[in-house]
Amino acid sequence: MSATFEAVPTKRSSLERRRMITSAIGWALCGLAFLLVAIPLLDLVLTILIKGASAFSITLFTTSSNGVKGGLLAAIVGTTVLSLGSLVFAVPIGVGAGMYLSEYGQNRLGSVIRFLSDTLTGMPSVVLGYFSYITMVIGFGWQFSALAGSITLAIMIVPYLARITELSLQRVPVSMREAAFALGARERTVAFNVVLSAGLPGVVTGVLLGLAISVGETAPLIYTAGWSNYVWNGKFIHQPIGYLTYVIWTFIDQPYKSAHALAFAAALLVMLVVLAINIGVRIVLRPKI
Amino acid sequence: MKRASGFRLSLTGIALLIPLALFIIVVFLAQYAWPAIGFNGIRFIGTIDWSLGNLYMNPVTVRGYSVPLGANYGILAFIVGTLLSSFLALLFALPVAVGTAIFLAEAAPDRLRPALSMLVELVAVVPSVVFGLWGIYVLAPLISHYIGPGITAVFGFIPFFNIHNSTGSGFGLLAAAIVLALMITPIIATTLYDALHQVPRELRESAVALGATRFEVVTKTMLPTVRVTLVGGVVLGLGRALGETMAVLMVSGGALNYLPKTIFTPISTMAAFILSQLDSALSDPTGMAVKSLAEIALVLFVITLAVNALARVIVRGATLVRNV
Repeated sequence: MSATFEAVPTKRSSLERRRMITSAIGWALCGLAFLLVAIPLLDLVLTILIKGASAFSITLFTTSSNGVKGGLLAAIVGTTVLSLGSLVFAVPIGVGAGMYLSEYGQNRLGSVIRFLSDTLTGMPSVVLGYFSYITMVIGFGWQFSALAGSITLAIMIVPYLARITELSLQRVPVSMREAAFALGARERTVAFNVVLSAGLPGVVTGVLLGLAISVGETAPLIYTAGWSNYVWNGKFIHQPIGYLTYVIWTFIDQPYKSAHALAFAAALLVMLVVLAINIGVRIVLRPKI
Repeated sequence: MKRASGFRLSLTGIALLIPLALFIIVVFLAQYAWPAIGFNGIRFIGTIDWSLGNLYMNPVTVRGYSVPLGANYGILAFIVGTLLSSFLALLFALPVAVGTAIFLAEAAPDRLRPALSMLVELVAVVPSVVFGLWGIYVLAPLISHYIGPGITAVFGFIPFFNIHNSTGSGFGLLAAAIVLALMITPIIATTLYDALHQVPRELRESAVALGATRFEVVTKTMLPTVRVTLVGGVVLGLGRALGETMAVLMVSGGALNYLPKTIFTPISTMAAFILSQLDSALSDPTGMAVKSLAEIALVLFVITLAVNALARVIVRGATLVRNV
């Protein structure tokens, strides 16, 4: 009699136990999935940190490389020129487009531009590089050059910048615009002096993220910027220019230990910039969102 | 008022540069590739043989086009390589991304959550060439010495999974797929993570009230409500994987003119091929090789554009449904 009485709870608890065990396994698998993402990143960062830091020395920043050994001066200067150059083109266009989308883009045209901007973001960078090759490098006759490389990077960054600008300007309260208009301000004044200055931190964030993207890009530069062993001589066209990501790509294929060390040192420099910008932006922005 | 509208017009003009850039890219690529499209016809995507022909002889006229003798531009092997590596990457990335998103949204301690989710986001910003470097230095040897023999020991009776049917260097389809999976996992995971945050509280509470365990709440009530967003995230990740260049180029082994026999066989993707072959294509005096590369770029552009547009439509539709 007591057996039948206990049978019901035992049966229920075995089902319950099974559900508990399934859940526990499920949570464990989720934790494992997280580790599968986190561990490669940590391994990547550590590997590059250790291998790259051991190659750091004064000569790394003062001499250039011939492809075997030496330093990264030409590549560091080149990456700086290319990324800052891309910002020169991308910032006015990207911020301007973002201002349009935020202030006047609540219509059909705005949503079309928004949609195309997002799809442009997903375009393979190598396709863009090829386009730039046939237009700027061949068509305009600029050859491998800092200008062709910068414009290519700028085309990549503009859609990012436009969308981030739009998002940050939209967070500026409408009442601020209304107050400015009520005081008799012109549209231009409201857009620049009120909205843009209030949304400036977000815009700066976008510019920094764009900078991180252009510092880390390789594929679109190979057939636009070319490569040079020598420090940039100040010419924007008819003159190839070196950059750090090219060093990573090609020097690791060289049979020399010294070349591998340079590749890791270049990777460390690129990662320092990219991670510093991305972590910095996230830490600064987090409390506000 | 007139000046104000002038300001508005100039902003509109700047914003229109974005669609204009897209339009110009398509037009120029198509115009440049036009002779190749005519010469290659259907054999472009129907044949495996990519051959520049005899570059030392005078060009011959084939089907009205001046090309090197024996030239044929077939990219079937690269299409297969692109699709195989991307789908394999999705296969790896999807469960990992879902698990990661659930872990971050539901299991991670509140204090650690910002740091842990930032860690996942940072995977997405690692430059692809750095992933390639890591692939060459860490992943390929790992596959060659441990993962490959491991898979062979378990599934070796299937030729497709046997490392002894390949060079065994570690560079190949599997390495490309793993690197791609790493790159797209954060995309899918963050999309899903954001969506999980927006699941109405009532749904969760009613599931708990019915006696569901916390894991069942997540998998049986929350996941089904965000499945459209998940599909959008997956398509977004697919778009990234299809067009990825540097990392794949560095770890895929760079195959030419053959289909992969195993998951350890070297492959080439369309994106990687465009980048690696321009130098040799330039040696073709008729220019047909370079134009055929432009045709690949055009095809890749159209594919990724379609995939990305699809992803945006799906994700946007999902957001609309949620807001109603």
